[in-house]
Amino acid sequence: MAQGVFDVAVVGAGVVGCAIARRFAIDGARVLILERAHDVLDGASKGNSAILHTGFDAPEGSLELDCIRAGYAEYREIHARMNLPLDPCGALVLAWAEEQQAALPGLMVQAAANGVGDVEMLDRAALLALEPQLAPDVRAGFRVPGEALIDPWSAAHAYLYQAIQHGAELLLRAELLTAERQADRWRLHTSAGSIEAGLVVNAAGLWGDHVERILTGESWFQIRPRKGQFILYDKPAAALAGHILLPVPTKLTKGVVVCRTIFGNLLVGPTAEEQEDREDASVVPATLEALRQTGETILPALAGQEVTAFYAGLRPASEEKAYRIRADLERGLVTVGGIRSTGLSAALGIAQHVARLAGRAPGVARDWPEMPVLAQDGARDWQAPGNGGIVCHCELVTRREIAAALEGPAPAQSLAGLKRRTRVTMGRCQGFYCSAELARLTEGRFTQPILAGAVDHAG
Amino acid sequence: MQADVAIIGAGPAGLAAAAHLGLMGVKNIVVLEREPEPGGIPRHCGHSPFGMREFRRVLGGAAYARRLATRAEAAGARIHCNTTVIALHPGPELDLTGPGGAERLSARVVLLATGTRESSRVQRMIGGQKPGGILTTGALQGMVHLNHQRPFRRPVILGTELVSFSALLTCRQAGIRPVAMIEPGARVVARAGAAVLPLLLGVPVMRETRITEILGRDRVEGVVIDGPGGPREIAADGVLLTGAFRSEATLMAAAGMTLDPRTTGPEIDVFGRLAEPGYFAAGNLLRPVETAGMCWASGRRVADAIAVHLTGGLPCPAQGLSLRIDAPAIRYALPQILFPAGPGFHKSIQLRVSRPVSGELRLSQGGGLIARQPIRALPERRITLPIPRKLGEGPLSLDIEEDA
Ligand SMILES: Cc1cc2nc3c(=O)[nH]c(=O)nc-3n(C[C@H](O)[C@H](O)[C@H](O)COP(=O)(O)OP(=O)(O)OC[C@H]3O[C@@H](n4cnc5c(N)ncnc54)[C@H](O)[C@@H]3O)c2cc1C
Ligand SMILES: Cc1cc2nc3c(=O)[nH]c(=O)nc-3n(C[C@H](O)[C@H](O)[C@H](O)COP(=O)(O)OP(=O)(O)OC[C@H]3O[C@@H](n4cnc5c(N)ncnc54)[C@H](O)[C@@H]3O)c2cc1C
Repeated sequence: MAQGVFDVAVVGAGVVGCAIARRFAIDGARVLILERAHDVLDGASKGNSAILHTGFDAPEGSLELDCIRAGYAEYREIHARMNLPLDPCGALVLAWAEEQQAALPGLMVQAAANGVGDVEMLDRAALLALEPQLAPDVRAGFRVPGEALIDPWSAAHAYLYQAIQHGAELLLRAELLTAERQADRWRLHTSAGSIEAGLVVNAAGLWGDHVERILTGESWFQIRPRKGQFILYDKPAAALAGHILLPVPTKLTKGVVVCRTIFGNLLVGPTAEEQEDREDASVVPATLEALRQTGETILPALAGQEVTAFYAGLRPASEEKAYRIRADLERGLVTVGGIRSTGLSAALGIAQHVARLAGRAPGVARDWPEMPVLAQDGARDWQAPGNGGIVCHCELVTRREIAAALEGPAPAQSLAGLKRRTRVTMGRCQGFYCSAELARLTEGRFTQPILAGAVDHAG
Repeated sequence: MQADVAIIGAGPAGLAAAAHLGLMGVKNIVVLEREPEPGGIPRHCGHSPFGMREFRRVLGGAAYARRLATRAEAAGARIHCNTTVIALHPGPELDLTGPGGAERLSARVVLLATGTRESSRVQRMIGGQKPGGILTTGALQGMVHLNHQRPFRRPVILGTELVSFSALLTCRQAGIRPVAMIEPGARVVARAGAAVLPLLLGVPVMRETRITEILGRDRVEGVVIDGPGGPREIAADGVLLTGAFRSEATLMAAAGMTLDPRTTGPEIDVFGRLAEPGYFAAGNLLRPVETAGMCWASGRRVADAIAVHLTGGLPCPAQGLSLRIDAPAIRYALPQILFPAGPGFHKSIQLRVSRPVSGELRLSQGGGLIARQPIRALPERRITLPIPRKLGEGPLSLDIEEDA
């Protein structure tokens, strides 16, 4: 494992790190991915709104916009080859208050400037015709047809698997602790041993500044974690909205979205709460209650709908709005920091940009991973014979799907990892029915077991 | 696939109905069960007592489950395990998936007997992080009794219902030593007998106390509780959520069937029928929550009704009269639909209160009182009010005249 000198070591297996590893591996580099957690996608990438953004509201002329545009285009080009879903539902940007309505024309001009030219202004009647459940006092809005829903975890796993298919290696529970630059290479000391690499890509998300200090002794940016809490409604609620509903931000509804998920639920969120802690993604009942009310002012029929889950994600924001991307090839370092709130959409674009910065010529992929179909309206495994029976009854996850997630290029190493790969326990019963069977099926398979003690058999 | 009667769920209610229908001569009965084994919840209840009413002897949960299944099969019912019903359609028709993949089943009657589950942390609005080690009793019992695993050693238990004490016993059997039992209400919910258990086992019971936050990133490290002494942290390596039952009525909700917000289950009439032609329901799906023996009896009752239905003998559903609940203290009452001809196979109205009450329980119709009985009850007590032999026309109302 991890022998010799790697061309590239990517620190951090979030969606951004996975996309970068994929790009370099396809381009022919020998890649190592270092991840400190038990499994991949355990940082900022573990909880988001799962929207593939067009970039219509990104800062004009920014690197972020370029990366979103490129990432969006590449996702649309490759998703079908990897079985990754895309629900091209479009978004509605909505105004209820006069102040919001006044902002609409400016936002449309910005969209056009950002290359998203197909937006169309809609009046109340047109909006209600498109979305009959919208609070009827909506004033006006516009439609962004290109905004889409994707599966945030399968996408990142697919990038990782394709990287591995092209020779990349993944080292888990490998926290970068210290590093030295020696002539033309790095010696990286991790909690899983030391390795050598020519180029290091810092894609450490919420720990980006910390890793920058490990590598260079200082950091030119500071991470300011920003928490976003969500409410996830049970599947019947998904019938209430076709589009992604984006109220024009105000003090009250600061960026709160109402939209379906690719798995057939409906989410309301996120909040935006600055905090010091880089790991504490706690949900707070009072905040969720306020979020629920915000959701009901947008879609009144949400009142009385069953809630399946609450969750929170931490954005790796920095003290500036912009992406903090910089290359110092002399030193063998590319820093990819502060990928705040658009990293899922931009990941493939960021990867292209980073490869360009590193001076790599684009390669052509030889192999394509075939991802399991988890989207609600896809051809799911439970419909096919020989699936071994259903284990998770709420999300209809089969024994065969679980077995596959325990094998493969990067087997699940924790219940959280298995959830992200298969959706087990993500449904309305939150594990009442299947926890015991999962504990049995995964015994001895995880480095972070479901049970408190790995082998802890009661009398 | 085709069946005369398709029963969804091989728990005590579904299996009792299957056996009873078979003995009454109904052919072609299938029981569809998504778990690998029949028996429902009792399969993983390690402790007694089960079976007094059904088999006149005391059995452990697993043995009881096996006997129920054997009896149903001996009566001619076919039990298909690993078979999940995915959707309900008019007809009745069912989408299901099993070892052979997806298929459609049409039946003359579908009996819903999908049981109940405990509320999750989400439904209880408990804040904090999302570490491993948060389980319901059902999940714990599966781990301990089916797998012989021990998920934690020092959990806190939330709830003091009957099932909470069952959870406490399961913990004890597995060598798990709960740190405390936490009850948001002012009193322990379960009957007095069970309530001495924690005392015997040395587990403190904290009343008027809520869990406000769960601590720990990967595994539970503790909880924040808020009670009479103000908020404080207690160390624990797990959280055991017990009770707060809700019907496993997902299939019905997805099919757009009417659910009773009070019971969380389907609305039934005195014959156990739903509004959708051909659909019946029984067992703990109907309401939170009764013992296995009660669910078994409910399965037999509905089987009697189904047998009559198959010969065209039940009254037309259009004659049904809905029962309105007018006392805020009544948590739920069922059946929700009665008939002018009086009782059907549900001979009495079954109800529970949401707080201790004493006074008079009154059933009236069109303003006139048609049944009354003294009531003095705590929330955990099942109350029954016999349905009068004959009802008139007009809306029904159930009320409590409370003592001053
Ligand atoms: C609430 C919310 C909503 C969002 N909605 C959307 C959306 O709808 N669309 C969209 O495009 N984007 C969205 N985003 C943004 C997106 O989720 C992030 O931009 C993206 O996940 C950032 O990924 P990353 O790979 O940079 O960071 P991370 O996912 O944090 O990955 C960094 C990894 O580095 C590892 N690491 C850290 N330190 C070390 C070390 N010393 N050694 C080894 N490994 C280390 C961490 O464990 C982690 O796995 C949202 C984000 C949030 C929080
Ligand atoms: C954790 C827990 C502990 C309990 N402990 C006790 C106890 O000690 N003593 C006691 O008397 N009662 C106990 N109960 C009450 C229990 O609900 C009853 O004992 C009894 O099991 C209810 O019978 P039932 O037939 O209504 O439902 P269940 O026993 O719940 O059976 C329902 C069956 O339907 C199946 N099913 C559901 N949906 C589908 C579908 N879509 N397709 C196919 N199959 C489906 C389920 O897999 C299950 O097997 C407990 C309940 C719980 C939740």
